[in-house]
Amino acid sequence: MGLETEYGVLAPSMPGANATMLSAQVINSYAALVRAGRGAIAGTHWDYTDETPLNDARGFSIDRASADPSQLTDQEPELDAEAVALAGGDTRIGSTLYEEAEAGHEVLMNMVLGNGARLYVDHAHPEYSSPETSNPFAAVLWDQAGDHVALAAMRRIESLAGVPDIHLYKNNTDNKSVSYGAHENYLMPRSVPFENIAAGLIPFFVTRQIICGSGRVGRGMLGQYPGFQISARADFFEAQIGLETTIRRPIINTRDEPHAHWEKYRRLHVIIGDANLGQISTLLRTGTTALVLSMIEAGTAPHIELRDPVAALQAISHDPSLSTTVELVDGRRLTALQIQRIYAAAAAEHSATSDALDEATVEVQRRWEETLQQLETDIFSAASTVDWVAKYKLMSAYAQRHGVDFSDSRIALMDLQWADIRPEKGLYHRLAARGMMEVLYSGEQIAHAAAHPPEDTRAYFRGRVLNQYPEFVVAASWDSVSFTVPGARRLERVSTLEPLRGTRALVGELLDRELEIHEFIAALRS
Amino acid sequence: MTQEQHSAQRREETQAQETTEDLNVAAGQDAGVDDLLDEIDGVLERNAEEFVRGFVQKGGQ
Repeated sequence: MGLETEYGVLAPSMPGANATMLSAQVINSYAALVRAGRGAIAGTHWDYTDETPLNDARGFSIDRASADPSQLTDQEPELDAEAVALAGGDTRIGSTLYEEAEAGHEVLMNMVLGNGARLYVDHAHPEYSSPETSNPFAAVLWDQAGDHVALAAMRRIESLAGVPDIHLYKNNTDNKSVSYGAHENYLMPRSVPFENIAAGLIPFFVTRQIICGSGRVGRGMLGQYPGFQISARADFFEAQIGLETTIRRPIINTRDEPHAHWEKYRRLHVIIGDANLGQISTLLRTGTTALVLSMIEAGTAPHIELRDPVAALQAISHDPSLSTTVELVDGRRLTALQIQRIYAAAAAEHSATSDALDEATVEVQRRWEETLQQLETDIFSAASTVDWVAKYKLMSAYAQRHGVDFSDSRIALMDLQWADIRPEKGLYHRLAARGMMEVLYSGEQIAHAAAHPPEDTRAYFRGRVLNQYPEFVVAASWDSVSFTVPGARRLERVSTLEPLRGTRALVGELLDRELEIHEFIAALRS
Repeated sequence: MTQEQHSAQRREETQAQETTEDLNVAAGQDAGVDDLLDEIDGVLERNAEEFVRGFVQKGGQ
């Protein structure tokens, strides 16, 4: 599995600055840091060969002309002189980029990192796509590593004289109609019918927000109605199933772009989640989803069908007391807690009969049940683990102390600053610094993960070769790495279509031998 | 939106408003939260309304 984070980006001293330009500044700032640390190139071209964003998992594909331009994610975004000239009328950002370019480095829109992640400009946001991990705990660690990378880029920009500071926010909306995602990706066998996946997941996705939502102040896409809600993303969803990710957002996204052997795998692209600052919320989000997917694979998922999933998603999100009930097609009305209980109970039963039960799954199951128990007895007892509860508790206490309600602009500012990734400014981080947010990984572990890949997926190969042979890696993608070998006439493109190969167990020893590049490629090919 | 849906939504909103108020009281006092609230004026950006208004994002997924 892997997690994507699109960060909100703001240069407070330059209102209206071009967002693509600011995002490029973040990417290039990180590239400069890596260069400074290693004396080698950091930016690697992304290889778009195997990107097929218009393929639909239901078995058809749409043509490019009828696609929304934002769906064409297999084209390198261009940042040219014209774009620089259009940068909000302010050339400071652009000129810094040109200075980097003049120093012998081109302006980067894409990087592959030494931990196997991709850091790039996606639409108008800097995005970190984590390396592939084999379990939810590792997914949490390498997701946190993305925040570490983003913070490092931001700090470097702060340190440059004459360059405006850039703030990055791990959130999902500007409360002015725009939403951006925190996507999850799960590798699944293609043999599982897509309709089973959709049917099994919809009621789960509609209700899982109560254990892993990030909370939001304001309701409606424009935040036009006052009040606190559980999920940051809920109000931006309009359909049950579909291919789009930027318009008419569906609860189940059908993009069929496995980045792996097509006939063997599908990559389930989940777009409904909130970006979590909290480590336990991220664990619950990915861990419970992985559990439900294994139930769907095994045919043990509960059979629940909601009358109106999109309306249910929003009704649940709008009620932090968790008492709202939603209607099932069989006429029953259940709360989100009751639906989650049904899934958790089925997962416990499923795990009890499974012969391949790992420690991570047992721990996720335990935390899932514990969280539901807390939310049933006293919502605020989940404040150290569930992001929306922590945020809601802090805001409620602030509102009480100052005698204001949730329409106050300071509460809106708290909502935004909750997600500021700087430890001294981010309200999540201020709470965590007081020991009020439970964590799984220390700052040292997260910093290590920002520079080193997971060891048990193909990300290991990608990250290790970038760390070890940076000057010879000319392009990379999820399913390939291309090398230039001195003296050779053609590029050597190494396919990594099998996500569970390229691991430390398989290539660690070869890499440890520190061969010359041509010997290394020859050994790989043998 | 039909009249019926409209009033249903209003009912839901009124109900949610009440529960919000109840929860504000239930949040109660907590040493760690209080401690953060004591310093929060120094943490929050100046001019809340303007700062929030200035946070405008372009399209995203």
